[in-house]
Amino acid sequence: MVVSNPLMQLFGQSPFKPMQEHVRVAIDCANQVPNLFEAVKAGDAAAVEASREKIYALENQADEIKNELRTHLPKSMFMPVDRRDLLEILDLQDSIADTAQDIAGMMVARPMSLPDAVFEPLIELTSQCINACNHLGQIMEKLDELVETGFRGPESEKVMYMIDELNKIETGTDQQAIKVMRLLFEHEDEIGAVSTIMWDRVIHWIGDLANFAERAGNRHRLLLAQ
Amino acid sequence: MDIIATYGTHLLVLAIIFGVFMTWGIGANDVANALGTSVGSGAITVRTAIIVAAIFEFAGAALAGGNVTKTIRKGIIDPSQIADRPEILVFGMLAALLAAGCWLAIASVKGWPVSTTHSIVGAIVGFAVAGIGVDAVNWGKISQIVASWVVSPALGGGIAFMLMMSIQHLIMNADKPFKAAVKWAPMYIFLVGFVISLVTLFKGLKHLKIELGIGESFLVAAIIGVIVALIGKWAVNRVTFDETEDKKSHIASVERVFAPMIIFTACAMAFAHGSNDVANGVGPLAAVYGLIQSGGEITQKLAMPIWILALGGAGIVLGLTTYGYRVMRTIGTKITSLTPTSGFCATVAAAITVVLASRTAMPVSTTHIAVGAVMGVGLARGFAALDIRVIGKIIVSWVVTLPAGGILAALFFFMLKGMFTP
Repeated sequence: MVVSNPLMQLFGQSPFKPMQEHVRVAIDCANQVPNLFEAVKAGDAAAVEASREKIYALENQADEIKNELRTHLPKSMFMPVDRRDLLEILDLQDSIADTAQDIAGMMVARPMSLPDAVFEPLIELTSQCINACNHLGQIMEKLDELVETGFRGPESEKVMYMIDELNKIETGTDQQAIKVMRLLFEHEDEIGAVSTIMWDRVIHWIGDLANFAERAGNRHRLLLAQ
Repeated sequence: MDIIATYGTHLLVLAIIFGVFMTWGIGANDVANALGTSVGSGAITVRTAIIVAAIFEFAGAALAGGNVTKTIRKGIIDPSQIADRPEILVFGMLAALLAAGCWLAIASVKGWPVSTTHSIVGAIVGFAVAGIGVDAVNWGKISQIVASWVVSPALGGGIAFMLMMSIQHLIMNADKPFKAAVKWAPMYIFLVGFVISLVTLFKGLKHLKIELGIGESFLVAAIIGVIVALIGKWAVNRVTFDETEDKKSHIASVERVFAPMIIFTACAMAFAHGSNDVANGVGPLAAVYGLIQSGGEITQKLAMPIWILALGGAGIVLGLTTYGYRVMRTIGTKITSLTPTSGFCATVAAAITVVLASRTAMPVSTTHIAVGAVMGVGLARGFAALDIRVIGKIIVSWVVTLPAGGILAALFFFMLKGMFTP
């Protein structure tokens, strides 16, 4: 016998918890990248592989949450925020995990030796970009309260401020990336042309981690601006 | 005339059985619609909800149920054409009760969101068309009733919207949300107690031989409001809060303040539902009783005997304890995006609207208004997600209910007529 109440069917599953879950996994994924580089630097193939596997597993997990969330977010869902903004943020969050995956893939696809002088600045750039991702995570953790307060009031101003901070961090990483690239090209003879180009690509990807975080944050502004 | 004289007692017993069946259906399904937002917020247990429902549905039916029945009995159909054949009206009312009861029972099993009020109105119209004639139906009145089905959810939605906005402005967006919540919570409870008791008093408790002037009504309602507000204040003050915690737990604490308040809204809603829907359910029973009492004379004025309202209340409690608790239990375990604050707003708005609307003697649907109130809170951005598709489903079952009740009633009418007519 069906024992259900139609009025209760009106209440859909909240998308905000899965959104937070998703960003946590995506950030976790990005946070594996420094370990990966350490392993590459040490020339420890087993550690590189282990790192890659972990990143791939986390990326998979993020994909699952994303797909699950999308199926529960039909057009008929009436939410305090625009559904498109939410889906866009979700996509950008997912791009963070995807980018980390690309970096990991590259590290196993080809022997990626790196000039010693470039290593430290590269790690520093990476940690700044991950900092941007973590900042996005903190913004997303505020979602529950924003839902409670109807995306208005002092709470929403605080989040606006956090997004400004995120923008500043991202701007910093842009400049840092240029420095790392310059350093890389100064040492291009040590590793050969192909490796130089590949590392150049990786540096772009590292920068993308911060870019996607920033774009997700900026999209978050639209949730508040209504 | 003979049939009523010969079979009067039989018919009355049948009417009582059908009436209890009908109210059983209300208790089995409809109560869950009324209390769903309270239970769904997780602030009260299913057990508490059922106890509250049993007490306040009964109280609502017995104390304030008198008004609505008038429209159900007299407004919808014009029985003057069959003044010389009152047994037709008796059969019709019996058929209407049975049809509405059956339709509710089917819907309960199938999980359709039908409205008690729609079932009974559809059934009465169905009988009138089949048994008397199309022109026996007061179509003007029907269109008024249908209009009220649109107006009342809109009203409920409007009240819910304003309540939610006020909570967001006064409490959620305050510097110290928890302190603001403790400060304002008794005001909200006062509002609930005041409005519900005021409207109930205005409606008149004539069948209880209590009559109050306007001033007295206001005074009594204010006193009741203050009493429940004091109880609420006591309950709210027991919620503790650690000042050292950050803002995050601040908002969570606001929800903890609203959690004990849900019990008041559940009481108010059960009361409103009892006064509105039980009265709708037992209206035809009262009509049958009146006809048999007067020996077949279709009188214009009929007092609503309190025992009939009490019987309706008892039927609801029966439905609740035999079937309704299962529906409640599923609501209680389902994870929804309902929070105590949003549940509070939706339920209070619905309760106030139901009581207000039934003051105009219009048979409004509690389910309708509850849905309207939920949408109102949603518009104030009070819910994480509402599935609009379900609204479509709900509307379809509302529309289907009228003809379904009507056809069933017509069938039962001919059956009963055949059985009793020699």
